[in-house]
Amino acid sequence: MSLLSVRDIGIEFGGVTALSGVSLDVGPAEIFAIIGPNGAGKTTLFNIISGLYVPKKGRVELRGEDVTRYPVHRLSELGLSRTFQNLQIFFRMTAAENVMVGRHLHEKRGVLPHLFALPSTKKQNAETRAKAEELLAFVGLKGISEQTAGNLPYGALKRLEIARALASEPEVLLLDEPAAGCNAVETAEIDEIIQKIAARGVAVVLVEHDMRLVMKISHRIHVLESGRTLAEGSAQEVRRNPKVIAAYLGKHAGEEAAHA
Amino acid sequence: MTMQALLRRHGVVLGLAVLVLVLPLVLPSNFYFRIATLTFIFALAVLGLNLVMGYAGQVSLGHGGFFGIGAYAVAVGPTHFGIPVWAALPLGALLAGLLAFLIGRPILKLKGHYLAVATLGMGILIAMVFTNEAQFTGGPDGMSVPRLVLFGWSARGPVTWYWISGVSLVGAAWLAMNLIDSPTGRAFRAIHDSEPASGVLGVNVARYKLIAFVLSAVFAAVAGAYLALYDGGVTPRTAEFLRSIEFVTMAVLGGLGSVIGSVVGAAFLTILPQVLTVFHDYEHVVLGLLIILFMMFLRDGIVPTLARLIFRRRP
Amino acid sequence: MAQFLQYAFSGLTVGAVYALVALGFTLIYNASGVINFAQGEFVMLGGMVTVFAAAAGVPLPLAALLAIAVAVLVGIALHLFAIEPAKGASAVTLIIITIGASILLRGLASIVFDKRFHALPAFIPGEAWRVGGASILPQSALVLGGAAAVVVLLWVFMSRTLVGKAMIATAANRMAARLVGINTVWIICASFAVSAAIGAIGGILVTPITLTNYDVGTLLALKGFSAAMLGGMGNPLGAIVGGLVVGLLEAFGAGYISSAYKDAIAFLVILLVLFVMPNGLFGRAGVERV
Ligand SMILES: Nc1ncnc2c1ncn2[C@@H]1O[C@H](COP(=O)(O)OP(=O)(O)O)[C@@H](O)[C@H]1O
Ligand SMILES: [Mg+2]
Repeated sequence: MSLLSVRDIGIEFGGVTALSGVSLDVGPAEIFAIIGPNGAGKTTLFNIISGLYVPKKGRVELRGEDVTRYPVHRLSELGLSRTFQNLQIFFRMTAAENVMVGRHLHEKRGVLPHLFALPSTKKQNAETRAKAEELLAFVGLKGISEQTAGNLPYGALKRLEIARALASEPEVLLLDEPAAGCNAVETAEIDEIIQKIAARGVAVVLVEHDMRLVMKISHRIHVLESGRTLAEGSAQEVRRNPKVIAAYLGKHAGEEAAHA
Repeated sequence: MTMQALLRRHGVVLGLAVLVLVLPLVLPSNFYFRIATLTFIFALAVLGLNLVMGYAGQVSLGHGGFFGIGAYAVAVGPTHFGIPVWAALPLGALLAGLLAFLIGRPILKLKGHYLAVATLGMGILIAMVFTNEAQFTGGPDGMSVPRLVLFGWSARGPVTWYWISGVSLVGAAWLAMNLIDSPTGRAFRAIHDSEPASGVLGVNVARYKLIAFVLSAVFAAVAGAYLALYDGGVTPRTAEFLRSIEFVTMAVLGGLGSVIGSVVGAAFLTILPQVLTVFHDYEHVVLGLLIILFMMFLRDGIVPTLARLIFRRRP
Repeated sequence: MAQFLQYAFSGLTVGAVYALVALGFTLIYNASGVINFAQGEFVMLGGMVTVFAAAAGVPLPLAALLAIAVAVLVGIALHLFAIEPAKGASAVTLIIITIGASILLRGLASIVFDKRFHALPAFIPGEAWRVGGASILPQSALVLGGAAAVVVLLWVFMSRTLVGKAMIATAANRMAARLVGINTVWIICASFAVSAAIGAIGGILVTPITLTNYDVGTLLALKGFSAAMLGGMGNPLGAIVGGLVVGLLEAFGAGYISSAYKDAIAFLVILLVLFVMPNGLFGRAGVERV
């Protein structure tokens, strides 16, 4: 059974259809890319899957459970996490604290022990912090844990979001343009990070404009255009699909992709 | 790194404790003790307000109402219901917390200015009850409050209340600092910066806003009870909406999201009017001018802005 | 029925003033994003300057014009010396600055004028009119008519003049307005001036009915702000409707339920409306973009 399953999703904003009839399934350890030009509806789809938008039509299932109208925070309990294209960093908190928030569901949440800083809370704080440091190191952000996130460069924030999303130990991870604004070296690092995450059994859904990256690491690719599915298949299949070449990749990009 | 953070955290509480201990050595008269006591009491309320406003990022223009509930609890409880004063105080805090819990659920769904006007309305509604239910509250003239008596010892006078309010403030600062550096406090701060990201990470946004709101109401109610007990009386002015505005001004002036800022902001608006009486008629002109100038030049509040200026010089 | 009409008239009269204050909030908010809690002081200045100028022998129409001019100057000064220098500060910081300005203006008024209550003679002297068994003061009609005239004038100003159009453009998108060459600082300044004038006119019209003193601004700002939020922040029509509704709620609440709780009724309704419509009566819902 697939971990994440999206069935016939449709949504509109002020009468304008942003998505219609989109379905997809993602399984464990799979890297599943969603590509499409700007405004195709990729981010909107992520927002629906993660419970931020309620679709007009269709449903989202996590391990077979219909979660379409669940409140956002319940989805995290069911193993979903994500990053944001337009950074949603806790910019007044330190880098480590950003990641620590990701551990929220793994922590004891009684308020009274927190108020009185009982030994159990202190111990838990130390554990959470250690875990956060570990994750920061995993995404290549060692040594910046005490810096205020608002002061960090863009590239670092992109990784910080990944570390934070990983902190909740998700089974399904949505990454919205993780390599946007990154240079070649950084992109290569993110490539490696994503593959490591998938290798642990996590279903990774990747929205990305860097075609080299997408074609290289994705097991399957889903192409969206103007809110509709254009094609789905392996990198090879998508690359050769005439509709995709014509409508999305264009001549130049098509050639580039063919050489990748 | 972590050691430094730990030091800084205890530093705040320790510094405050030292201040409370040392201040009596230099305060020349009961008049000064009174001002210090009022500062501590207001700081207690502002500290609570800071939890919801400075940390969780949810504005409240109605905390004067919770302050009033605490104040009237120690007045009405003993006078009309025979509840001993020492029990009326926590009961008032509980009542304020309960009301915050009930009204917070629908109100905290609102955002920004809409939340501001809703909390404003809530505060005004509470204050109206104090003004109009005269058979219980004495109406616009208010009512007297019996002394707090503990084990046969009666708490009265500025010096006694200096110690009660000072120790309470240090305790409250300790609680607040603990909370801020816990999963609950991190949830508050996360909500302030990004609600979508908080939710996606499993933080129940509505629940944590409510927790912050309830806690801050309890802080305000305890402060209100202290003021009523110290003054030996209470009037609807204790809870009027200008009080709520005053709390917000104290919190913002001192610095949102700063425990020390809460104390500095409370001190600013408590001490300054006393000093400004030398300007006689010009008192309010100068006060208004100072508020404008301080906010203009120390935009993030006195404590955070100065802290940044000082720490920037260090490598 | 007569009683109902009576309450409706008095509600509309007060509501018209709230509507003007709410409109002032909306203009400044739209142009600059600032919630100006000194808005009520413009109303106070309108009334007080007229009273004192008239007492000094200035003919009433001139005194009123003088009052509007003073309010406008104060509005411009508020922008130039308090808001503009703090550009870029957070919303709460700016709000506290306007609260400081409100304290400052009240303090100044208590010195320049005094702390007593003052009245003006009715602009249209004469008996109350009888309408459907209710009596309506000519001055009340003048408040309503005056407020309506202000709204119409404002509408013409906004839709027909270059400055007005620039104000609308700035409200819609400050960055884009700047790019097409609109001097947005100037436009924000103009919005403070217009806002101040509107408030002052309200203060002048209503003073013969409700009296004025240095301190009336606080409560008016509170009601005007609530009215603007009830209507939906940033929506001028919402501000007007919100103001009238708050006025009517107060009058009917005081008449039919309890005069002691008249403010409570208004706020209770505001709370209930916001629970159902979290963006006010005319606010657009929209999905928050992420
Ligand atoms: N909250 C919203 N309100 C109105 N329109 C929206 C909202 N979110 C997305 N849209 C619209 O939906 C379409 C798809 O946008 P988006 O999902 O961001 O595209 P992509 O991520 O593929 O670039 C766009 O036309 C966008 O304007
Ligand atoms: Mg996108």
